[in-house]
Amino acid sequence: MAEKTRKKKHKIRKAPFVIILVFLIIGTIGVATGETGRVLEQAVQVCLSCIGIG
Amino acid sequence: MPELYRHRITMETVRKWIQALLALLVNGSWSFPYTRTIYQGPLKVICSPGLNCYSCPAATTYCPIGSIQQLMAGIRIALENGQNYFGFYVIGTMGVLGGAFGRLICGWACPFGLIQELLHKIPSKKFGVPRGLRYIKYGFLLFFVFLLPLTVVDSFGYGQQWFCKYVCPAGTLEAGLPMLLIQPDLRQTLGLVFVNKLIIMVFFIIWSVMASRPFCRTTCPLGAFYALFKKFKLVKLRLVEENCTRCKACHDVCPMGVKFDESPEDAECISCLACMSKACQFDAIELEVAGLPLGRKCDRKVPAGTG
Repeated sequence: MAEKTRKKKHKIRKAPFVIILVFLIIGTIGVATGETGRVLEQAVQVCLSCIGIG
Repeated sequence: MPELYRHRITMETVRKWIQALLALLVNGSWSFPYTRTIYQGPLKVICSPGLNCYSCPAATTYCPIGSIQQLMAGIRIALENGQNYFGFYVIGTMGVLGGAFGRLICGWACPFGLIQELLHKIPSKKFGVPRGLRYIKYGFLLFFVFLLPLTVVDSFGYGQQWFCKYVCPAGTLEAGLPMLLIQPDLRQTLGLVFVNKLIIMVFFIIWSVMASRPFCRTTCPLGAFYALFKKFKLVKLRLVEENCTRCKACHDVCPMGVKFDESPEDAECISCLACMSKACQFDAIELEVAGLPLGRKCDRKVPAGTG
């Protein structure tokens, strides 16, 4: 009985894997639409207005 | 043996080293004194897990909060040009990080979190942060990161990066001030917006000396996003109810003001492990991965003679 209770206590939570998978799919859609290029394009430029200058 | 315990490495030391290492990794380009500009290599397609301005001269990764605002601000123009840029890549990356670690990232991988912790070590009178202020950061996430950049647009249909432009003290400290140092010509363009940001930065620096992690607790939109995963994140702390004596020792060590025995799934918990390793004498707090316990190791000193 005690063994059974312990096993129940350490049940693997599946929700984190589902959430990670969902966001992985969302991210992959972003990659497929070419968003990585846009992100890189933005990140290699100094955004002066973003940092309060200009 | 007791001698060995006296000198052993604590969990807090390990965390500080990891924080420093990750801060150096996301700020690993040190050629800016010669190039006088920011790093422009391909690594900038990688997401910084913590808040780290990509206009910082040393930054090697992109800031998810900065990127998502840029994408929201330019969504109309992108669509007009037939580009379906809705922020999926950035949101997907943030979601994977959030689903795996949640706010553990704030405790272990955020450079601005580390800066606040170091500032808090400066001797001064210390204060708490009123509990109600924690909800402000969700407002910043919703309005300043998503809604305002998306809806308030100029005649060309382009929005602004509201959080970066008007609030972010990390951007002022890590990017604004260094850029003014390496490109002196920029000083002529300074205006009220920069003065406003400078005041906010000084305010948070002073507040960080007097209170623990005030920016993380009240303002950080990235922390607010990661906090949404509090129940479902892969790695988290768990209260072992049968071991807890409600001694409240965990209340005193938490840098985020969490009362772990009362709310073990508190959105403010950054999984710094201070409660588990420094406070709990009864093995009532354990680290778990997807429900499987990883350990309840303590930094408590073993009484002399028992080793």
